Amino acid sequence: MSVFNQSRSRVVQIIFTLIFVVILIQLINLQIFSSKYKLAAENNAIYRKIIYPDRGIIFDRKKKAMLENTISYDLVVTPVESKGTDTLSLCALLNIDTVEYKRRMREIVFKYTAVKPSVFEGLLTQELYAKLYENMYKFPGFNLTDRSVRTYPFNTGAQVLGYIAEVDTSFLRRHKEDGYEMGDYAGMNGLERTYEKVLMGERGIKRFVRDNKSRIQGAYENGMFDTSAVAGRNLYTSVDVEVQQLAEKLLANKIGSAVAINPKTGGIIAMVSSPNYNPNDLTGSARRKNLGRMLLDTARPMFNRAIKGQYPPGSTFKPLGAVIALDEGLITPNYGYTCYGSYSNCGVVVKCEHKNAGHAASLRLALANSCNSYFSQVFRMAIDNPEYHNSTLGYLKWKEYMNKFGMGTTLDVDLPSENKASVPDTAVYNKAYGKNRWNSCTILTLGIGQDKMTATPMQLANMMCIIANKGFYYTPHFVDSIEHEQKDDTLFLAKYRRKHSVIHTSDTVFRAVHDGMHDVTVYGTASEIKVPGVEYCAKTGTAQNPHGKNHSLFVCFAPKDNPTIAVAVIVENAGFGATWAGPIGAFIMEKYLNDTIASDRLSEVERISKADLIPVAIKDWYVKKENQRQAKLILEAEAAKAEMNAESKQSNSEEEENSEKIPLGTEKDKEQLELILPDNKNIKPLLPQNKKDSSKKKNTNTTSALLIDDHKKWLAKKSKA
Amino acid sequence: MSTRNSFVSKGVDWTIVTLYAILVVIGILCIFMVEYRTGTNWLQLFLGGKTNYSKQLIFAGACALIATFILLADSKLFTAFANLTYVFGILLMIATFVIGKDIKGSKSWIALGGGFNLQPAELCKIFTALALAKYMSMQNLDFTKKRSQLIAVGIVLLPALLSRLQHETGLALVYLSFFIAMYREGLPAEILVIGISFGALVVATLTVDPNTLAITLTIIAAILLYVLRRQIKRNSKLLMIIIATWAICVGIQRFAVPYIFNNVFECYQSQRIYSAVGKDYDCNQNKHNKSEIAAGAKASFKPDDYNVRQSKIAIGSGGFKGRGFLKGTQTRGKYVPAQHTDFIFTSLGEAFGFLGCATFLLIYLFLLFRIVNIAERQRSTFSRVYAYSVASILFFHITVNVCMTIGLFPIIGIALPLISYGGSSLLTFTVLIFILLRLDADRQMVLR
Repeated sequence: MSVFNQSRSRVVQIIFTLIFVVILIQLINLQIFSSKYKLAAENNAIYRKIIYPDRGIIFDRKKKAMLENTISYDLVVTPVESKGTDTLSLCALLNIDTVEYKRRMREIVFKYTAVKPSVFEGLLTQELYAKLYENMYKFPGFNLTDRSVRTYPFNTGAQVLGYIAEVDTSFLRRHKEDGYEMGDYAGMNGLERTYEKVLMGERGIKRFVRDNKSRIQGAYENGMFDTSAVAGRNLYTSVDVEVQQLAEKLLANKIGSAVAINPKTGGIIAMVSSPNYNPNDLTGSARRKNLGRMLLDTARPMFNRAIKGQYPPGSTFKPLGAVIALDEGLITPNYGYTCYGSYSNCGVVVKCEHKNAGHAASLRLALANSCNSYFSQVFRMAIDNPEYHNSTLGYLKWKEYMNKFGMGTTLDVDLPSENKASVPDTAVYNKAYGKNRWNSCTILTLGIGQDKMTATPMQLANMMCIIANKGFYYTPHFVDSIEHEQKDDTLFLAKYRRKHSVIHTSDTVFRAVHDGMHDVTVYGTASEIKVPGVEYCAKTGTAQNPHGKNHSLFVCFAPKDNPTIAVAVIVENAGFGATWAGPIGAFIMEKYLNDTIASDRLSEVERISKADLIPVAIKDWYVKKENQRQAKLILEAEAAKAEMNAESKQSNSEEEENSEKIPLGTEKDKEQLELILPDNKNIKPLLPQNKKDSSKKKNTNTTSALLIDDHKKWLAKKSKA
Repeated sequence: MSTRNSFVSKGVDWTIVTLYAILVVIGILCIFMVEYRTGTNWLQLFLGGKTNYSKQLIFAGACALIATFILLADSKLFTAFANLTYVFGILLMIATFVIGKDIKGSKSWIALGGGFNLQPAELCKIFTALALAKYMSMQNLDFTKKRSQLIAVGIVLLPALLSRLQHETGLALVYLSFFIAMYREGLPAEILVIGISFGALVVATLTVDPNTLAITLTIIAAILLYVLRRQIKRNSKLLMIIIATWAICVGIQRFAVPYIFNNVFECYQSQRIYSAVGKDYDCNQNKHNKSEIAAGAKASFKPDDYNVRQSKIAIGSGGFKGRGFLKGTQTRGKYVPAQHTDFIFTSLGEAFGFLGCATFLLIYLFLLFRIVNIAERQRSTFSRVYAYSVASILFFHITVNVCMTIGLFPIIGIALPLISYGGSSLLTFTVLIFILLRLDADRQMVLR
């Protein structure tokens, strides 16, 4: 029988072999032809710890650090090791209750597992850190880890410097190849954003081997592949911190903007947008508290008006109008226009401040007196220039000039999201009036900086630079040089080191404009505004706008003969240019040129700083917000009390004292609420709802309902009395 | 491994002893790889006897001792006690239902004291092999008869059934390997063919879309009908057979397999089987799971193929040459669960790559072939059947264990012979192999 089946031993051997061949094939498949397993193993086991370099520092022109790095601490917990922690004293220190403690622990375990250290409380304040540090021995499993955050010793330049924040998913998506990871910090705005690559330095990476529970087992390959961190490089800017501080102070309690540029280099000396915020409010632990509020603020403190605000330039545009006409050869400095107080050649009447004949007998006089008629006429001459046959072409030429002067185009400053404001395209007018159905008359007020023309304060300051420089400018910028400048940096900064020649008109032409603008400060609109020891040129502006009171504008440069600073100031809804914007511009120039403010003028600085020119609508908004906040607090307190009430009712329904007290309290609160909000409509809808709630309570609890009724009667009596 | 006593060593097959020793040493090294941590004084730990690799070495020493005893014993002892030990083993297994100790959810262990536990189902493999050999070597047995075939199958399936009742599915499946031994002794080949076809059909059901599979089966049946049309004309029975086979196949793939997965298997078992073919099993379809939820027990968790995935990553990351001894990150990071026992092959695959794996498997294959050769040179049926049983058990263990780690087979707790950590397992295979060597040494005798 066994002999009969002997052939089967072969079959068995073949089966063995076949199965082994199958296994070998699968092994070849796994080990030789699939590369994904090697990758998966690395992802599993290699933990890349990022060593964060110090971010670069931003210095002002006198090498003062506008921002610095300090160390902030995070309280980090490893849940599995946290047994035996003195929960109560920890909660007391952190000012949370044990319920919150448990909630956070649960969240950490759920999100990040119990074996890995995760942030329990981030960015501790100094005092909290000190307290925790003393008591750390009570909290096993808890640790304090450091992290570098920004501080701003001068509390200034928030919108210029920008801020850094943790990257979010959309940021990561946009910067895929830059190697950011969740939890990294990156510059989100201002210079921090523009120079992110310079400031951030190079992160170092240490590789560790970790086990299946993410515990570190030791260095990977003895640190062979580790790289060390390279600190971020510093930026040297043209900003003068003291001028910046002064400008911010002057614009306090106002809405507006000021930009000061050194015309010789294009370096921005100061850039302010008001309302402002303290940059320290957006660092470390303060950020959480303040960011939401600032984003929702109707006055938009995070909005940099200096490069994004669009304002009609008004009369401050006139010097530019003159330069264009001079360059086109339409007028000479001697050109005069007879104005009797208005310009009515176009049917519509453009009023002029001056009535005496001869106040616009020459360009110089016209500028000094800011004659509307003169510049309306000059503008019409530019548009109706016979050289260009029709007004559309004339307008295009004029627009080309404007763009060359940086109006209606972005200047490419080194801040993100600059606005190009507006010098309208012909299409805009074609749409508004029909093709070829508009002419120099239709758009007349462009000539005096109104109509659809808008400019950002920086564009106005840049315009002043061109006029001060007699025809050229450097693109306005903050950063003059970068520490250890590299090829990429030089390429980037090249555009700020190149001279842009706008026009090549003779000196005499510009001298007329300069003289006119100087006369403004001698006997013109700005005659009241002085800068001690400095002759300067200026032009005030009072721009009509659709949002209420006129904007107060002021552009200037100084000293007259060798300008080193050009300033543009705008105070929204503040009336005449000479009243508010003028003095602010003068103080900025004085501070920069004299390095100090004359002592007898300091009281004036205080006066301007304290003057509150914020429009009523915005103030109302603040009041409303505050009321809402208060009301919310009260409602919350009420809800908490009601909850407590319900609980106590459940626990001891017999004990009525408690339940009686609380409805009374809520009634009182509501009364209080109504007192606080006498005329606030936003809150009202909330109240009836609330009353409904209490009426429900009445049904369920008759005793307290009776008491409420009593209380109401009492209230009624009181009100009668 | 054995004393160099000329009396004892006479006729002993030294090739197998050498292979056995090599495998045990590889096993201890593998366990060492799994346990090793950088910065620890491994020698001290080794001598301290607290780590798994030193324990395994102690087991190996004990096994050497037992192996020596076996070689010293008389071959007739095994034939004489074959039936008795089988009954003893079965009783022991039944006893575990009463005095068993619960380890990892299966109540199949008996505590021996001193931290040692015994798994009767493991030992029962030896007893069953002996009992099967004893039965098959009965002088007047005609294995072509259905009756004797059924008895043989019964001997094998009784401990399998008991193992299954102890929730040791893996061990229960091992007993199926005896079919190979029985096949060698004359069990109709059809049973193997049908078994394999059934397995293929189940796998196809899991991997291929049901409709596609049904159509494929129908097409195969149609082609078969066309090819065999002449024979069918002569013999209408053939037509019936083909149609019946087709109907059964479609029935299995359409209804039987889903039914079994949803109603017979536990949720985790279905998941494991599905994950072996790289698919997710939705536990919500499972009856056990539903009743569990209804009873308010914990809700179903997401199907997880963590084990297979990590095991495949470990082996796959080894590449052609491997990452080197003690250099595997999967092993160092303890990513593979149960790596010192059931998934020990992964440490080898990661450290030594394809070359190491292939060499290692060839050692196994060589061992199996050697055993088959030994079996064929036996004079007595008892020795031959026993040898085939040993080869089959080893083969089954190796195949299932390795296939499980490389994702070709669902995960069931089956040890890699002589390599996996564990005293019971090592002892069982030592005894199995050395009884074979003892019997082989007396191959000139006719044992009954």
